[in-house]
Amino acid sequence: MSNTERTGATESAGHTQQAHPEPAGALGGTGDPESPAGAEGSSRPQPAGPAGGTRGPEPAGQPDERGEPGSVESQDATGQGLSTAPAQEPDDSVTLPALGAVGWVRWFWRQLTSMRVALLLLFLLSLGAVPGSLIPQNNVDDTKVRAFMEAHETLGPVYDKLQLFDVYSSVWFSAIYILLFVSLIGCIVPRTWQFAGQLRSRPPGAPRRLTRLPAYATWRTTATPDEARAAALRMLRKRRFRSHVAGDAVAAEKGYLREAGNLLFHVALIVMLVAFACGQLFRSEGGKLIVEGEGYGFANTLTQYDDFRSGSLFGLDALEPFSFELKQFTGTYETSGPQRGTPRTFEADIRYSEGGGPEKKAVVRVNEPLRIGDAKVYLISHGYAPVVTVRDARGKVVSSEPVPLLPIDANVTSTGVLKVMDGYRDAKGEKKQLGFPLFFVPTFAGKGQGQMFSQFPGLAFPALNLSAYHGDLRVDSGIPQNVYQLDTSKMTPFKDGNGEIFKKTLLPGETITLPDGAGTVTFEKEIREWAGFQVSQQPGNGWALAGSVAALAGLIGSLFVQRRRVWVRAVAGEDGVTVVEMAGLGRSETAKLPEELAELAAELHAVAPTAPEPEAPAAGADTDQAVPAEGAKQ
Amino acid sequence: MTDIAAATNENLAQISNVLVYSAMAVYTLAFLAHIAEWVLGSRSKVGRTAAALAPARRAAAAPAVQVRTAGGGTRVLDKPKVVTRAAAGARDVPDGPGAAGGDVKGDLYGRIAVSLTALAFLLQAGAVVARALSVQRAPWGNMYEFSLTFSTVATGTYLAFLLAGKNVRWLGLPLVTTVLLDLGVATTWLYTESDQLVPALDSYWLWIHVSTAIFCGAVFYIGAVATVLYLLKDKYEVKAAGGGKPGAFARSVMERLPSAASFDKLAYRVNAAVFPLWTFTIIAGAIWAGDAWGRYWNWDPKEVWSFITWVAYACYLHARATVGWKGRKAAVLALVAFGCWLFNYYGVNIFVDGLHSYAGVE
Ligand code: HEM
Repeated sequence: MSNTERTGATESAGHTQQAHPEPAGALGGTGDPESPAGAEGSSRPQPAGPAGGTRGPEPAGQPDERGEPGSVESQDATGQGLSTAPAQEPDDSVTLPALGAVGWVRWFWRQLTSMRVALLLLFLLSLGAVPGSLIPQNNVDDTKVRAFMEAHETLGPVYDKLQLFDVYSSVWFSAIYILLFVSLIGCIVPRTWQFAGQLRSRPPGAPRRLTRLPAYATWRTTATPDEARAAALRMLRKRRFRSHVAGDAVAAEKGYLREAGNLLFHVALIVMLVAFACGQLFRSEGGKLIVEGEGYGFANTLTQYDDFRSGSLFGLDALEPFSFELKQFTGTYETSGPQRGTPRTFEADIRYSEGGGPEKKAVVRVNEPLRIGDAKVYLISHGYAPVVTVRDARGKVVSSEPVPLLPIDANVTSTGVLKVMDGYRDAKGEKKQLGFPLFFVPTFAGKGQGQMFSQFPGLAFPALNLSAYHGDLRVDSGIPQNVYQLDTSKMTPFKDGNGEIFKKTLLPGETITLPDGAGTVTFEKEIREWAGFQVSQQPGNGWALAGSVAALAGLIGSLFVQRRRVWVRAVAGEDGVTVVEMAGLGRSETAKLPEELAELAAELHAVAPTAPEPEAPAAGADTDQAVPAEGAKQ
Repeated sequence: MTDIAAATNENLAQISNVLVYSAMAVYTLAFLAHIAEWVLGSRSKVGRTAAALAPARRAAAAPAVQVRTAGGGTRVLDKPKVVTRAAAGARDVPDGPGAAGGDVKGDLYGRIAVSLTALAFLLQAGAVVARALSVQRAPWGNMYEFSLTFSTVATGTYLAFLLAGKNVRWLGLPLVTTVLLDLGVATTWLYTESDQLVPALDSYWLWIHVSTAIFCGAVFYIGAVATVLYLLKDKYEVKAAGGGKPGAFARSVMERLPSAASFDKLAYRVNAAVFPLWTFTIIAGAIWAGDAWGRYWNWDPKEVWSFITWVAYACYLHARATVGWKGRKAAVLALVAFGCWLFNYYGVNIFVDGLHSYAGVE
């Protein structure tokens, strides 16, 4: 059934042509049911060549010229007749069109919308997606891209030029899928028309020689031809075949859902792509770190975000109006066993209100975002925010608040900076700014136990290590500052008695005095947690989901429904006895077709039982060789 | 209280491990029995392909006479008989008799092999269940569990085909071999102590997305084996039809296998049947990703390779409808597609890092 090329090459052309030309001709004219008979292979929609007329030097459809593709065609047409698949070019189709702009455009269009090019583009699409999975991508992990650029000084810029860090938005990747979707549309539109035509027209009449079809049955019956046909029509209609009497035979067809499913699938692909593109263009995505407790809430406006990204068509007024506060964050971890420290639950208990409405409670978990209008609030990270109190030389509290720190490892060893911008005066009464680089571990190994890295992500034995700077934080320098880093260019570290940089490790509740009576720092017992939220708004999600569900449904119809035709011919033989012939033709060769035909034949046979045998072989017993006498019995 | 539970769980994990090793032992026996089947079967002389393709026979490939004109002349035909014929260009090659080649003893070993495979399957399924009970969640939290389930499903599918009366006994040897390889790799390199899931994996979509992914993989695997055998058998048939003389070993093996057309048909059916499920797997994954990471499609390597696999299978389905791409070229595409699936499973987990960092291997 496959490998036609080779068979064509090894078998004699004569054999192949003898075996199957007839159904090809007979079925090719899908839209032309009343003229079942046709010359060899020619009533098949002329697929080849750029345009019907500009077919190039060779004479169209010469059987001997096309010994090899000929076999392909005749085989193929059996299926072709049952689908609206785009015309398939035989191998010689790549002949160039005679010059002329229109000819070229038509030729190009035909190429683009052919199955062969669709196949090629699909292949290119999968090939093009590969580098994006192996090379770091900007939209996935910017830091990795930078690291890659630094590590590969020559290769990096080349990759950058080739847009290999942005594969999925690159010109060449876009070109592939845009071409594919143009091809898809160019493919769907005519097929939809053709399919609509098939739905309006009736199944084509019986080919002259039913014996050549993949499944065939015949018997001589006592019923008259009219009775047999009427019975067949009833039976086929009952089985939901679309059927009608055409000439001496009943023509019936079933399984239109296959084509409908196929079209639905391909249309759904377009819906999905459009939805995806809209999602990209109108999307917005912002990150916000929120510390537990009142007064650290968030209102959904651009200025409140720590970072914000949006698609090129996003408008600020599209942000959903809401605000929320983190009541409590809960993280639990495996406490024993080989996976000790592996996170078990992350839960953010929040209070939110929509557009100034009443306050509502909600819990956001890792896999369970909170939906507020079009926006979704995701829990994406967490960490600790130890509360640190700083007093100045006179004992006045100049800062007392939780300081969110960023984790640097899986056990939540965290770093960050406490910046005291104003209100502080040193022992001499001079106004100054303070900066404290902080290093925090939720579970301390103990003094003198190697390096200060956390042993466990939970708060089992928290400890805070700090050093201190005074001077100018340069927050007003106009350059945006990272809140987790200290610009020490205008700052002086405090030194201890030995002239070393002042550095202390505190346990909760402990207070240290800064050198020279410059004030005190208290590591409060209260250690809060913070949670990182991502607020995303991506229109078109619903469409993407609907598209994918439709695609799935279409695919199932397209792959599991068999489209097939059945013909039942009943004519009076030479001896006056009715000969019933039944034949079936499927879109693809299946075991089910003969089975179904057998069932149909058995059912019809019950109504039109076998007539007694005559002395001589009956008219139905023709063989392949009896070509010229074919039309005789009609 | 929790300690007792933990101990029970540890016991269950232990039981699971013992079951895996027992299954491997039984699979090894099944493997040997299959080998015996093939060796004994080689004694029989079968040469159907060459005979079927011999030029003299070809003219006779025309359909049989349709109306029986039995001697008495007045005999009544009780039921109409349906004559089927292959499409043009197809070779009318009958399926081979199977590994045992009609040899009684070979057949006995073949049956033993199938029974052993069924036993091993039960042991292995038990291992999966014990593992699931020990961790009290879907047993698909890491690559070890994934591999274990994967080969269980592959064997289960094979046995289900056999039960449904499909001609798939030829699959026995390659399947048992791969299952042994898979379990060997799983127990030596991928083994992970049983444990809970990290929160990112804790979702009911895990059940849906991962179970269908495993199932698709197992069925795609069967499709791939059928495709490889199709390519081999097709080459053999072409050679035989061209009057070539295949080597004695090739002939002995190939003559016992089903025809290339049967392999091709099975491969197509299997691949086409799971393709919608694979599509669903990706959609389910996207929905889950939308909940877990905030974007339903993030071009994470795992997503990319699922997409590539999907497009590759779509290519295959298209190729089968395209002149000049049917047959061997389409078959090669099917193998490429399965290669993508494998890479997505092993390659991406091990060599590429992304958000899907559940592999549990360093
Ligand atoms: C985004 C790109 C595309 C994808 C992912 C895709 C996917 C698929 C899939 C999975 C099938 C199998 C369903 C079946 O066999 O009925 C299929 C069938 C089909 N596709 Fe596409 N397709 C794409 C583009 C195209 C284009 C551009 C064309 C037109 C040139 C096309 C024409 C067809 C036809 C005619 C069939 C039916 C094949 C048959 O007769 O079995 N497709 N497509």
